[in-house]
Amino acid sequence: MSTDDIEADLTRNTENAPSELLARLFFFVCAVLSVVTTASIIVLLVSEAAKFFSVTAPLVGFAGETVSVVEFLTGTTWQVNSGEFGVLALVSATLLITVGAAIVSVPLGVATAIYLSEYASRRARRILKPALEILAGIPTVVYGFFALLYITPVIQLVFPDTGTFNLASASIVVGIMIIPMVASISEDAMSAVPEELRQAGYGMGATKFDVSTGVVVPAALSGIFSSFILALSRAIGETMAVTVAAGSQAAFLQPWNPASYLEGALPMTAAMIQLLLSDITGGGLGYRSLFAVGLTLFALTLSMNIVSDLIAQRYREEY
Amino acid sequence: MDQSTDESPDPIDESVIETNVADAATSDTARGPADTIVEARNVDVFYDDVQALDDISMSIPEQRVTAMVGPSGCGKSTFLRCINRMNDRIDAARVEGELRLREKNVYDDDVDPVALRRRVGMVFQTPNPFPKSIYDNVAYGLEIQGIDGDYDQLVEESLRRAALWDEVSDQLHESGLDLSGGQQQRLCIARAIAPDPEIVLMDEPASALDPVATSKIEDLITDLAEEYTVIIVTHNMQQAARISDKTAVFLTGGELVEFGDTEQVFQNPGSDRVEDYITGKFG
Ligand SMILES: Nc1ncnc2c1ncn2[C@@H]1O[C@H](COP(=O)(O)OP(=O)(O)O)[C@@H](O)[C@H]1O
Ligand SMILES: [Mg+2]
Repeated sequence: MSTDDIEADLTRNTENAPSELLARLFFFVCAVLSVVTTASIIVLLVSEAAKFFSVTAPLVGFAGETVSVVEFLTGTTWQVNSGEFGVLALVSATLLITVGAAIVSVPLGVATAIYLSEYASRRARRILKPALEILAGIPTVVYGFFALLYITPVIQLVFPDTGTFNLASASIVVGIMIIPMVASISEDAMSAVPEELRQAGYGMGATKFDVSTGVVVPAALSGIFSSFILALSRAIGETMAVTVAAGSQAAFLQPWNPASYLEGALPMTAAMIQLLLSDITGGGLGYRSLFAVGLTLFALTLSMNIVSDLIAQRYREEY
Repeated sequence: MDQSTDESPDPIDESVIETNVADAATSDTARGPADTIVEARNVDVFYDDVQALDDISMSIPEQRVTAMVGPSGCGKSTFLRCINRMNDRIDAARVEGELRLREKNVYDDDVDPVALRRRVGMVFQTPNPFPKSIYDNVAYGLEIQGIDGDYDQLVEESLRRAALWDEVSDQLHESGLDLSGGQQQRLCIARAIAPDPEIVLMDEPASALDPVATSKIEDLITDLAEEYTVIIVTHNMQQAARISDKTAVFLTGGELVEFGDTEQVFQNPGSDRVEDYITGKFG
């Protein structure tokens, strides 16, 4: 290249070429679109829920029938037809299912991850990882039927008084459903633990079990925690499986009483489906309660995600 | 010890080697002959079809420092990993021949590699402390090996022997990762010797360290040989000359071309190839 060209060549300003600008615009619009969509859903949720509560209804200029916030948040009876909107009946069912699902999925998911990351041969891993992902791809309504037709009868063998719809069955099936998520995220975290740390362990005369549980799991702890929180947010938001398995009868169950698991109840998501399918869809208090429950659910999962971020930051892997 | 030549990658001049060899505190002549603890007999190692070690036979003396030197890729690390069977962890690796630890071939079918590694500690090229506290790092081997005793005391003792105690005694419960590279490596040495192995293998333990840290580690190795058998890989000729009693020179192709008293190997190498290598003419 001749020296004359060098001035022109070095000042081409490629970054602002028309094609670059166009590409930048396109990506920007896509990013804005997804943010705007999410934001408008939240705005809709909040503004509709505002019409449900007596404190906020005047603020949005709504004059219809309302419910007090205190009654909604502390009431334990959910009876739409008789105008009783105690969300704790729904929240208790959701929490019971979430705790039950955690009891099933956390140990099994972590154990699966340890197997895949530390014990499985390369061949076994090549077969099992995709199999796990297939498990995650089964439609959740199928899990619901599975609970109803296979898990509940087994529970009834052990506890004959258990009803057809019960939280134990729903918990187990949601737990099974989120195992792949716990396993796959935990496995990623464990595989990212540097080989040098394992070498250090084995070099000390540690067994495979020692290295897996004493070196790899602690080093991958923040990733493992994240997998719990993500999977449990999913359990809280899970709809179809619990709608099928848990029943349709709202009941406040004491979350600290294990016997609650043998009862049926109505978790928040299932209650929302019920509201949507009933004839109240046209408006009215029942219709607006849908948004109030939706907002509560949103608050619950959002706070879990925030907690998950905090945990991940606090226990960030440092190898 | 002369530290001015510590990290010098230049060809070394022979007078330096001679002085250093004469300085070595644990040379055979000073302590009399030692028993053999590790004996390799016709060891070949293959990674898939590639041969990494070719017919290695040597007898490594007990409670001495034996250095393995040679150009990179000549199989030094591979040989070290044969001794505690860390090669088992590499799918492609295949070991042939015999490697005897006190007369027992460690490649016999009935040898448990976990039990073997409890007798043969290892320190790696890059410091690899666990992401745990300093205390827990040192106590790790005691815990997994189910060793009884006063852990506080054993941890302190190991850190003292690794010449780290004075620097960390007030931060035992802080992360081992907060230490400097040289301190981390001494922590790894403390961790390796805490369960009291018979042999300590070291794979270029000072290669990632600065000259000051290197010289601390070298002093430490000389001290360790009072109680342990130390087998150390290094590509630093002066280091081998300074700290070892025996030197094994490997050359490309996985051959052991010379093995003998360090003094002998450096002052009077048996072949031109070795002489060229140790005087820095190639390698
Ligand atoms: N895990 C492995 N897989 C395949 N080949 C290896 C592996 N480790 C070492 N090798 C090969 O074996 C030879 C010796 O390597 P190594 O023992 O690491 O040499 P050194 O430690 O002397 O530098 C080299 O050719 C290297 O490429
Ligand atoms: Mg090496």
